[in-house]
Amino acid sequence: MAAAEGGEVKLIGSWPSPFVLRARVALNLKGVEYEYLQEKPGPKSELLLRSNPVYKKIPVLLHHCKPVCESMIIVEYVDVVWAAATRAILPADPYERALHRFWAAYIDGKLFPSVVAIAKDEPKMAKVEAVEQLHTGIKLMEEAFERLSKGKGFFGGDAIGYLDIALGCFLGWFKVCEEVTGLKFLDEEKSPLLVGWAERFCSDEAVKDVMPENERLEEYTKLCRAFAAD
Amino acid sequence: MDQSSSLKFLGSWADSHTHRVRLALELKGLVFEYQEEDLVNPSPDLLRHNPIYKKVPALLHDGRAVVESLVILQYIDETWTDKPIMPADPFERAIVRFWCHFADDKLGPAVGLVFSSVGDGQKAAVDGVHENLKLLERELRDGAFKGRRFFGGDNIGLLDIVLGCGSYWLAVFEEVMEVKLVDPDTFPLFHAWLRDFEEQKEVKETIPPIDKLLKYARGIRQMMLSLSTDTITTIIGAPATGNTTSNNDAAVEEIGLLQESIVL
Repeated sequence: MAAAEGGEVKLIGSWPSPFVLRARVALNLKGVEYEYLQEKPGPKSELLLRSNPVYKKIPVLLHHCKPVCESMIIVEYVDVVWAAATRAILPADPYERALHRFWAAYIDGKLFPSVVAIAKDEPKMAKVEAVEQLHTGIKLMEEAFERLSKGKGFFGGDAIGYLDIALGCFLGWFKVCEEVTGLKFLDEEKSPLLVGWAERFCSDEAVKDVMPENERLEEYTKLCRAFAAD
Repeated sequence: MDQSSSLKFLGSWADSHTHRVRLALELKGLVFEYQEEDLVNPSPDLLRHNPIYKKVPALLHDGRAVVESLVILQYIDETWTDKPIMPADPFERAIVRFWCHFADDKLGPAVGLVFSSVGDGQKAAVDGVHENLKLLERELRDGAFKGRRFFGGDNIGLLDIVLGCGSYWLAVFEEVMEVKLVDPDTFPLFHAWLRDFEEQKEVKETIPPIDKLLKYARGIRQMMLSLSTDTITTIIGAPATGNTTSNNDAAVEEIGLLQESIVL
């Protein structure tokens, strides 16, 4: 386990959040010891409001009591601060970095809203568009995987990298979307490379103990929808 | 500086994301070829290099395309490492990235909303900009950027580029919409930073003349106001209450594209 670099490390999070999962996977990859502070349902904690006054959102990494907000910003921060610990999360080559960052932004801008719309059971029109957007997005990610992995197991090559974290932490939510719609988003026929990659990602040491179980995510989704309907 | 590679960049003269890239290239002293794009009719080049979004800016380095302005800026900084625009310290880099995200996610859209607002919506839109500027003013006064001339310190950095290339719209909208957005009494530090930024040599060479921007903004605003109220609510994003004609649809699309270029 890597030492906490002379200062304690805390992560404020919430177990269903794919964004929090990104931060946890990055910390686990680097072997960083950290205290995980689970936000309780209901009003946000004082610590969270103080640490992220602009967005009031998780995840927030606290290192030497200084807050780092936004999941992929946390991933880059962890990658540099604990650079000596293990192999880099971001590629060394600037062009490859640009591709990883581009696709991570695409996931957040296009795939995430689709997942939310489907999981939340938005009105029909929005859901139809969301389903289409998710199908399109996964097709593009399959093509991106082929180019970026260069025949290896991950977007980052031999091991989990930046884009693996960005996309992989949504895998649980893709399954929820499949449950909700009865459709297949990641399937052997249309996205064989991603199916193989998903298994490798989910079974990785840095991921398997922190990835929420499907049943738990599905229960959570049902609860949210019931709550919203009231 | 040794630049043995070829650089070409596709942009649009009134697009603030294009200005971000141009300013970064100028600050780094890089030689590049520029291709002006029509926002409404992207060239085959642009469609080939940015098939996902079909938008400017696109940077071509030895024929390989990098798109999305924040991705491009970091690419430029990491490829040509002289005169860095990102700080060296990881925590400072995280702060810069956070506020860049804020600029694109909160402040920019709030400013855009002022421009597309009509009637009673205008006051709410102006209040929205003020709420977001307050957050920045606070950081300049007491927070991460306390005591600095620029967000990047003594020199223009990546966050200055991101915030600065688009902040000129604040002055333009103040005039076109007849609203007050950056009151020097309410936002003294932001106001001072903006004036200082705009005086820098490379910034003056990048940002188009204000009268050209005013004319452009007035033109779009007039186009918007000449459409039906229903169509305007479509542009703002609220549900339309009636039907729009096919002429209106085309105009809406054009205005939407042009508007997207007018963001912080």
